[in-house]
Amino acid sequence: MSKTFLEIKNESVSFFTPAGEVKAVNDITLTMGEGEVLGIVGESGSGKSVTAYSLIGLIANPGRIVSGSISFMGNDIHLASEKEMRKLRGNEISMIFQDPMTSLNPLYTIGNQICEVITLHTNKTKKEAKERAISLLSEVGINEPERRMKQYPHELSGGMRQRVMIAIALACEPKLLIADEPTTALDVTIQAQILELMSDLQKARGMSIILITHDLGVVATMCEKIAVMYAGGIVEFGTADDVFYRTAHEYTKGLLSSVPSLHTTEHGRLKPIPGVPVDVLNLPAGCRFAPRCESCMKICLKEMPPITFISDNHYSSCWLLHHPNGQNMSTDI
Amino acid sequence: MIKYILKRLLAAFITLFLISAITFALMKLVPGGPFLSEKAPSASVTAALEAKYGLDKPPLEQYITYMKGVLKGDFGPSIKKRGRTVSDIIWAGFPVSAKIGGIAICLAVVVGIPLGSIAAFRRGKWQDSIILVASTFGISIPSFITASLLLVSFGITYKLTFGLSSAAHYIMPVISLAFLPTAYIARLIRGSMLDVMGQDYMRTARAKGLSATVVLFKHALRNSILPVITYLGPALAYTLTGSFVVERIFTIPGLGNEFVSSIINRDYPMIMGTTLFLSTLIIMMNVLVDIIYKIVDPRIKFE
Repeated sequence: MSKTFLEIKNESVSFFTPAGEVKAVNDITLTMGEGEVLGIVGESGSGKSVTAYSLIGLIANPGRIVSGSISFMGNDIHLASEKEMRKLRGNEISMIFQDPMTSLNPLYTIGNQICEVITLHTNKTKKEAKERAISLLSEVGINEPERRMKQYPHELSGGMRQRVMIAIALACEPKLLIADEPTTALDVTIQAQILELMSDLQKARGMSIILITHDLGVVATMCEKIAVMYAGGIVEFGTADDVFYRTAHEYTKGLLSSVPSLHTTEHGRLKPIPGVPVDVLNLPAGCRFAPRCESCMKICLKEMPPITFISDNHYSSCWLLHHPNGQNMSTDI
Repeated sequence: MIKYILKRLLAAFITLFLISAITFALMKLVPGGPFLSEKAPSASVTAALEAKYGLDKPPLEQYITYMKGVLKGDFGPSIKKRGRTVSDIIWAGFPVSAKIGGIAICLAVVVGIPLGSIAAFRRGKWQDSIILVASTFGISIPSFITASLLLVSFGITYKLTFGLSSAAHYIMPVISLAFLPTAYIARLIRGSMLDVMGQDYMRTARAKGLSATVVLFKHALRNSILPVITYLGPALAYTLTGSFVVERIFTIPGLGNEFVSSIINRDYPMIMGTTLFLSTLIIMMNVLVDIIYKIVDPRIKFE
């Protein structure tokens, strides 16, 4: 087992909008070891990205971290000053984003944007930074790196731009890479290439990755551990095998049965989860999934289910798993 | 690039030709003439004067004669200011106006851009409110009010009421001229910067660990400055050629005066000369704006 590399404890983030407080992330607890690949899955608005932004202190107004602590390699991130956070960003923790088409500044060359982060966090001279940038570009699989250095983002395709974003993220050998839906905006063949690239780089460098996605197929291929989020909370956490084969939470089950598989017949219909996501402005008192849950019980509507451990590394918060005597029920309910 | 500039020059030539024709026609349609005044000269004297300046010929012929002269670089004599040519008068007034106007525009850029940026970064805070209110005043108060107020308050106190005999004399005319463009630039920058701040690449810049200053100056400002450049082209042309109001109030021998007085006087060659001069300047500024655009934003293609 790897030591505790990243520990998120009781983290809550809210956005204070004119319509009221939106609890985007609600009391989540998560740990991650060094060199691990953690997947965070959930639908739009479930708080996946906000969790990631709180890790690098980029929660934008009117968002605020309400409570909780994040310990990264033994240091509490919430206690760090803005200056200390800047040293962390792009250096120890870097991030790649959903839309590579708009994530690069259109007015600067690729070379400029890569060198910028290198000269910021290292003592390299401009010339050394340029050499490093060229080697990074070839490492992320971009042909003719010398020529690309002088090109502008609009001269590159989406897949290439995402590779450039990865090169920027890797420039300072980060310990942790946060990938916020890195393949959502790309077409399927490019998706596979980018995921493979990330996977290779992760193995070669031993860095940790948090992969945020709503694509269960992506997490299945890449991640060792998976956290499933719903309406700002983690409903299930476990290894990929636990989540896929020993599914504990009703929401996860719903998600899995709504994925098309090779066994789906031509006329077979996908089974969507009934209902609509909760209104984050008015969260229900009990389990947030209860209004859509087919196995909803009385208590689910009244009280939040506590975390129930199914095994050492697999837990879920669902009343169905909770046993009145404090013992956990088996997973085959 | 060179091809583009040549194309623009050709277009400019056609535009100027059209402007000259329209101005000439409008000018002739306005009743009155250069020799009408309270002490009207006798009919024979007027006829002799008209013959001297070629005003007795049919308008089309006058226009052709005038344009022939223009093509040779001769803008004709001024009718009202005897003994001086139109070129003389323009080249005497323009440097004076351009100096004040140039300083005013520089001031507007240097003050307006930071103010607009601060307003955008402090959106909804008191800094934003103050800048917004001030810029609304700057846009809506006409220059004759700002200039008169400055003249009455500081001008009289510090005895800087007319002329440009010392550096201190520049202060008030420059401020009067800079007021509007400063306010306008601040608003433009605020608007475009708010737009830019929501862009994904700004998040990338912050995620790189760049300081707020670098994020602002390198990533946000260059992306938000295009509307200001668009505005600055024509604004520069108008400001450099001087303001009638400001030059009148501070008694400055600039070019701005000539625009209005030439029309009041029906000084036909002067009207044509000043109009063509301003038009040329505006066209040149617009070409310059396009070239600067290309330098600022590599995505812009000329073809």
